[in-house]
Amino acid sequence: MKKRLGWFIAGGLLVAALLAGVVSSFASSSPDGLDAAARKGCTFDADDNITGGTCMAQQERAHQLKDSPLADYGIKGIDNEFLSTGLSGVLGVAVTFAIGGGVFWLVRRRGGDEHTDDRTTEGATSA
Amino acid sequence: MNGVAMHIANGIVNSQVSAIFAAVAAAALAICVWRGRADLDDRLAPMAGLVAAFIFAVQMLNFQVLPGVSGHLLGGTLAVVLVGPWVGALCVSTVLIIQCLLFADGGLTALGLNITNMAVIGTAAGYLLVAGLLRVLPKTPRGVAVTAFLASVVSVVVASQAFVVEYALGGTTQLDLTTIAGTMAGAHVLIGIGEGLIAAVTVATVARVRPDLVYALRRFRKTASPAGPAVPAPAVGGVA
Repeated sequence: MKKRLGWFIAGGLLVAALLAGVVSSFASSSPDGLDAAARKGCTFDADDNITGGTCMAQQERAHQLKDSPLADYGIKGIDNEFLSTGLSGVLGVAVTFAIGGGVFWLVRRRGGDEHTDDRTTEGATSA
Repeated sequence: MNGVAMHIANGIVNSQVSAIFAAVAAAALAICVWRGRADLDDRLAPMAGLVAAFIFAVQMLNFQVLPGVSGHLLGGTLAVVLVGPWVGALCVSTVLIIQCLLFADGGLTALGLNITNMAVIGTAAGYLLVAGLLRVLPKTPRGVAVTAFLASVVSVVVASQAFVVEYALGGTTQLDLTTIAGTMAGAHVLIGIGEGLIAAVTVATVARVRPDLVYALRRFRKTASPAGPAVPAPAVGGVA
């Protein structure tokens, strides 16, 4: 059973890596629902600076970490947009799994207490 | 400003209200860790890591919903179905924290707002819908897919309105709130439908391949049939 869970996780990560690494380059570049609502009422120039109007984004300030090497889902120094977006996506999937999975593993419940529902069937098949 | 902003940026909501919601988010996450530990065993922990990684990936896939407006999955409902509400909220939070700290997406000051909306409120709304719908819908791949779809639509719209509440409390530009609520709701019904389709396909696939890994099929069983005997789930491992 352990091995089968491992294969499922590996397969899932592969799908996630393909989505973030390849499909992401075909994603829409329009502002999302929130961003579009925030920009509604203002006019923008080619560099995305507000040129007039009244909107939620007016007082928006830059991200504290806007110069981070992975800012805006790209890798600083890689000019090819497909590679830059794709690699940052794969890296993001790996980091999210490593940190998320790591923290979940550390805080997990050890030993069997009250929740034994799926453990019983698991034990029956692997024994 | 940048091209790829997906969450609330800095300065949209003032720092006092942002700080209040940072505290709200921190308290909610502490409760989620406390309650989620009961669910987190050796099998759910790696699954939760995968769910977080998958949500990160799918959040990169903005789809067009209106001319000039796109949307992406938030993931709360998907996480509820696969790993349960407490761990699910932690999965979405993990994604938001990594996006903020590593990818400069979603302001650092606004992190509490984003976690409150998408990880806490969005997931809670998704959970209420999932738990309710699975009392009437069949616990099959198709039933769980329909559940995920409907719960996603509601969850995304509720999360979008949570932003409107935050903006009403601390928005930095004086604007008509009814208009904002309407714009947000309209776009997020469409985004919710997109999210619902993604979530439905994902949970139906997992429910077909590994039903034992779908939290909603295991844990909500008891609430769904309180009178019935506690029949253990069929050992899926033995079939293949």
